[in-house]
Amino acid sequence: MFPSRFDLVVAQTVAEAVEAKVDAGEGGRFLAGGQSLIPMMKMRVAFPETLIDINRIAGLDAIERSNGHLQVGALVRHADVVASDATFGAVAAAAPWVADPLVRNRGTMCGSVAHCDPEGDWNSVLLATGAEVIAQGPSGERSISIADFVDGAFTSTLGEDELVVGLRIPVPSGRSGGAYLKLERKIGDYATVAVASHLELDDSGAIAAAGLALTSVNPINTKVADAEALLVGQQPSEELFAEAAELAAAAAEPRDDVRGTAAWKRQVVRTYTKRGLAAAAQQAEGS
Amino acid sequence: MVAPTTPAEIGGIGHSVQRKEDARLIEGQGNFLDDIDLPNTLHMAILRSPLAHARINGIDSEAAMALDGVLAVVTGDLMDQHGLAWMPTLSGDTQAVLATDKVRYQGQEVAAVIATDPYIATDALELIEVDYEELPPITTPQQSLEEGAALIRDEKEGQTDNLAYTWETGDQGATEEAFAQADRVVTLETHYPRSHPAPLETCGIVADVNSVTGQATIYMTSQAPHAHRTLFAMVAGLPEQNIRIVSPDIGGGFGNKVPIYPGYVVATAASLLIGQPVKWVESRTENLISTGFARDYYMKGELAVTDEGRILGLRVDMLSDQGAFYSDAQPTQFRAGLFHVVTGSYDFGAAHINCKGAFTNKAPGGVAYRCSFRITEASYLIERLVQTAAYEVGIDPAEMRLRNFIQPEQFPYETATGFVYDSGDYPTALRTAMDEVGYEDLRREQAEARAEGRLIGIGIAHFTEAVGAGPSRTYDIAGLKMIDSAELRVHPTGKAILKLGVKTQGQGHETTFAQIVAEVLGIPANDIKVEHGDTDHTPYGLGTYASRSTPVGGAATAVVARKLADKSKKIAAHLLEAADEDIELASGVFSVAGSPDRSVTIQDVALAAYTNLPEGMEYGLEDVTYYDPPNLTYPYGSYIVVVEVDPDTGVWQVQRMVALDDCGVRINPMIVEGQICGGLTEGFAMSAMQWITFDEDGNCIGANFMDYLVPTAWETPKFELLATEVPSPHHPIGAKGVGESATVGSPAAFVNAVIDAVAHLGVRNIDMPVLPDRVWAAIDEAS
Repeated sequence: MFPSRFDLVVAQTVAEAVEAKVDAGEGGRFLAGGQSLIPMMKMRVAFPETLIDINRIAGLDAIERSNGHLQVGALVRHADVVASDATFGAVAAAAPWVADPLVRNRGTMCGSVAHCDPEGDWNSVLLATGAEVIAQGPSGERSISIADFVDGAFTSTLGEDELVVGLRIPVPSGRSGGAYLKLERKIGDYATVAVASHLELDDSGAIAAAGLALTSVNPINTKVADAEALLVGQQPSEELFAEAAELAAAAAEPRDDVRGTAAWKRQVVRTYTKRGLAAAAQQAEGS
Repeated sequence: MVAPTTPAEIGGIGHSVQRKEDARLIEGQGNFLDDIDLPNTLHMAILRSPLAHARINGIDSEAAMALDGVLAVVTGDLMDQHGLAWMPTLSGDTQAVLATDKVRYQGQEVAAVIATDPYIATDALELIEVDYEELPPITTPQQSLEEGAALIRDEKEGQTDNLAYTWETGDQGATEEAFAQADRVVTLETHYPRSHPAPLETCGIVADVNSVTGQATIYMTSQAPHAHRTLFAMVAGLPEQNIRIVSPDIGGGFGNKVPIYPGYVVATAASLLIGQPVKWVESRTENLISTGFARDYYMKGELAVTDEGRILGLRVDMLSDQGAFYSDAQPTQFRAGLFHVVTGSYDFGAAHINCKGAFTNKAPGGVAYRCSFRITEASYLIERLVQTAAYEVGIDPAEMRLRNFIQPEQFPYETATGFVYDSGDYPTALRTAMDEVGYEDLRREQAEARAEGRLIGIGIAHFTEAVGAGPSRTYDIAGLKMIDSAELRVHPTGKAILKLGVKTQGQGHETTFAQIVAEVLGIPANDIKVEHGDTDHTPYGLGTYASRSTPVGGAATAVVARKLADKSKKIAAHLLEAADEDIELASGVFSVAGSPDRSVTIQDVALAAYTNLPEGMEYGLEDVTYYDPPNLTYPYGSYIVVVEVDPDTGVWQVQRMVALDDCGVRINPMIVEGQICGGLTEGFAMSAMQWITFDEDGNCIGANFMDYLVPTAWETPKFELLATEVPSPHHPIGAKGVGESATVGSPAAFVNAVIDAVAHLGVRNIDMPVLPDRVWAAIDEAS
């Protein structure tokens, strides 16, 4: 498999990368881990005229807690997220389920977020935890909430000249737990169905904040807002989670495809929502 | 297991000698097709049809030709000028090399670009414009045989429908009688879906035709280089002495590298016309969408049984989906391969099998996937059917098998479809596997789990294979008898070179075939170089597939080594001044009967063969044998799988997998176990996740490793291997062939296990791959 012709710009700074993107215009694509872009080029599904390699830019590879947030730089690989002890809840739960070890060693969390593949894992986790995307363009840096960032399948609200330089994921201050349950056909496969769950408990043990998002069962990663609203203020219970699971199943609009029937996928959403919320609650209660 | 008779330093039969080929492969010193880099090589890329069925009204290659670096754009019309637009298949059909009239499946070869580098060749493909007129695609054999279905093979003289072949075997009258006597008839309809062997290395060729001498050196990923040379000579009209096929290290074949593909023909023709080497290496997608697939059999089996669970007869109706061309590789006499081995391991008197195949707008093939000519499908059907019968009669599936097995004293046993099974002890095999897995305890656990709402299933498959084609009176491919050969030359220092007609693709021939010689002559296996794959330097043979290397080529090796042993004994008698008949050979030492201190070694004898011979004897120590096996060999096995099914999602997990194989004498137990683990993994893959499917427009779904699933170590269950060893009575060293056993036998065990978990709900069938949504739907429907 041989890609078509392209130019390569190796950027040393974020400013250089942004400038190169301004120059390249629509035909320019940033290259970080390349785990989606390179296969697309090899299959001649993507034909970028210019690749702007950001891998040499210093200072983008940190994953750390700062000001109540987990900050993830643009060059943090999925494997770095797996290995990090700064992570929590659903972020920690999802990391080992992203792709396979080879892809995790090269692919970046920010790259995956920016790619907006509805079958990608991270955007569901970010929706459940209420994260923000940090973008830098010619006129400076801005922060975009993940819900505003994801615009559709493979499209985001990122400006044409902007580079995703990092993520900010709020770290719960109190008791919290999270889960990411993913049904995949084999290691390295996209999710057939996955459910990200995030719960924060108050002192009484009631749910103070809840996040629930679905992967692969809608045209984009989907936040189940009505289930989140239902959960907040309630004591965790099997019945409550079953009710939330019904809302999640209703929010899913899966299709029949080679991975399975829509009816079954909805059933998996239901099951994994119940199990995910129960696991999140258990983790929160033990924290 | 029989203990080895040679010491470890000789490494004869029964020693787990480390694989000789591994060091070079692991250290990056292998030589695969894509490693071959001749001066002035041109690169070929193939334009393939995006449509499943369309008429070609024109091809405009002007823009592609104009691209800098492009030397030629080859179309079907150009090939037609040389009489090469079509080629014969190994099943007696014809297949398009480059489409001239219509495209008949998505991925079919339409044109080829020859350029100075592969990037330019690929760029040029995008500049070729093909004017297609879409025709209705046919994606199932049932559709294909409907009245009024579009005629796919309209170019074929006398072809008025989409029927590819019909074939019938067994005795219809006797079978009807058996069914009349039955207490009940148990029916199973199932589809063995299309899959693909997906070898790690795709197919490729470097064709190097010398424009002056006409010598064609063809480097090719070939499992059957000698047969390919002959077919090249017949198809292209090249003189056979001018064709040298070199099959280098091969990264897996599994049958995928048996056929001759259009790309080989185009690259060779291009090299011939341009006078430079032409290289073509398939992409993964090309390999998956256009080369030899496997299976795609729709089967209806009916078993006539008594209330005591005795099988009286079997009736099978089978419809195969051949794709656009009938291009399986199979013995000429058997239109559906050895599918008639479907009577399995059971003793009953009557069977009748009706087969037909249909053309569809899908890739042709059917040859492949580690299957001795359709035995995989047959074995799957009978093992699923017997399990179904057990549920219907109401006896345990293990007991059902034990009641119907061919008994050890019945061998040689002629089946209702005419195979003569050479040997076996089926009850011991199954009982041994049952003991290992703790069968009775598992049944108790299953009942207890069920009471708690958990679903545990225990699946059995007891398969019998027929491998090692084959006796020349019955077996040929395209007229070439399925014999095989070995040539053995012992050098003066006692080191040897063994040349084979068969060709390894990972099976370990360089190790195991040396061990056969070591066993007979006592030359250490490490002192024997095994050569294969180069038609100029090895004797003729039909190649490696259908588990035939050891049964046929291995037999030839043993026989040729024995010929040299006979000559060596005479030389030893001369050296020891004894009578020929008093010489005894053991582990490379020739001694005089009764006086063991008088001895010479094989190394002494080898030197004497070139320096000091008895009067009148010809110099040298070498010979060649062409082996025509008297029968097939019949390896078998008992596999037991335990699964747990998640009732909420249908996801199933393998808890245990016990696999007992009897492949007769094991030349190298480690390599045999490696073969079995690989085959079990493939069987698991097909049962759980692996299939090539199509949408209604004929688009192939499964065109890359994102959609065509090959399990990793993570998904693959742990295997517990067992062995019994009933030697083949007619094979020179009692071996039976094992390469395909586990792929053949295991799918039914996995599927039977999942069915067993939900059989109490009334579920009798879930087609492969047993995807969780299918399991969940079956549970949902049953409850």
